[in-house]
Amino acid sequence: MTATLEPNFLQQVAAPDLPAPRGPLSEAVVEALRGGPLRPVDPAGAEPYGDDLQLALHCCYELHYRGFAGVDAEREWDPEVLGLRRELERVFLAALRADVEPGENVPAEVDALLVEPVGPGVRGVSHHLQREGTLEQLREYVAHRSIYHLKEADPQAWAIPRLNGAAKAGLVTVEHDEYGSGRPERMHALLFAEMMTELGLSDAYGAYVEHVPGETLAEVNLMSLCGLHRSLRGASVGQFAMVELTSSPGSERLVRGMRRLECGPASIRFYDEHVEADAVHEQVVRRGVLAPLLEAEPELAADVVFGIRASLFLGERMGERLLGCWDRGETSLRMPLAPGRP
Amino acid sequence: MAEPGPTRVLLTEEGPALISGPVELELPDGTRVRSDRAVTAVCHCRRSKRYPICDASHRRKVRQEGPDA
Ligand code: FES
Ligand SMILES: [Fe+2]
Ligand SMILES: [Fe+2]
Repeated sequence: MTATLEPNFLQQVAAPDLPAPRGPLSEAVVEALRGGPLRPVDPAGAEPYGDDLQLALHCCYELHYRGFAGVDAEREWDPEVLGLRRELERVFLAALRADVEPGENVPAEVDALLVEPVGPGVRGVSHHLQREGTLEQLREYVAHRSIYHLKEADPQAWAIPRLNGAAKAGLVTVEHDEYGSGRPERMHALLFAEMMTELGLSDAYGAYVEHVPGETLAEVNLMSLCGLHRSLRGASVGQFAMVELTSSPGSERLVRGMRRLECGPASIRFYDEHVEADAVHEQVVRRGVLAPLLEAEPELAADVVFGIRASLFLGERMGERLLGCWDRGETSLRMPLAPGRP
Repeated sequence: MAEPGPTRVLLTEEGPALISGPVELELPDGTRVRSDRAVTAVCHCRRSKRYPICDASHRRKVRQEGPDA
């Protein structure tokens, strides 16, 4: 009984426009995708989590998802673009490996994620939005999150053919639920799109790429990086586990924040569904994915821990960006949102 | 399609019972709750705010006081 969408998110086929570059790296990628020659650039020394490198990577990765308007779909396998992507990935991955403490104890990592910090001392975006965030801040948060949620579960789907046996079956069980268990009207990406429409935001795929900073793009780029490299399949599973294990309580806080802000039913539904869905997904990921994966391939433990910690690290950077901007009374986006419809 | 063999219910040590396949749960007052998920987590700790469906309220909590507490 949610508002009818026009045009329906599930029928959208138009690819987004190429975004405006934010520096030499993203300029080289965007120019090349516009049909020009690939200008030689050297990503070494670039800010690994900065706007320029992350936008350049985002553009390279989107060729594997929905592409861009006016860009030939075959550019996905353009060796020059892939070569530059590799260089960008090296810088990003080297920074993450340096910033994230290595570990091999997956059960300890999981146990730590399952303890829920509560009380007034906990700083986090969902805690803020539950307690005192404004409707404008909530809309900003949803715009940030749209980069992932409008393709929810897609980056992790790359891992399916890279797993085997029980771990593969377990991952597909969760993915199937994310995609609506065969019912398109229940796809989580669609529920997110319906929330966006209700909040007066555009549900067009990629509509907020220009708005979001490098911190936001980095989180999603990590998912694509780990999904697209078979050598990082352990990290992909770790990243997925981190989301599924932490989402349920965070979603509950957002439901409460939205009720406090008197949001409509479509907005509440997305996070409400995730309280319940991710309480189950947590169980399936632990018992049906992590346990059989580590039994079959124990040498992947360090990568699983890396995936968990790298996504936590990037999630905290993004959270700090949002809360820091809001503390200063500024927008957390690169440009303010158009006002919501009344 | 019915699964061959009996319904499997996994009783976890820390929280919910995991039931495969769509289930309908009947509460003492006669209310029925339906779940179509491939796996349903039924709350066993009774702390769920969505009882009888687990909402992860069984998790251990650690309190962090505010800066002035
Ligand atoms: S068993 Fe999970 S909330 Fe009760
Ligand atoms: Fe989801
Ligand atoms: Fe999930």
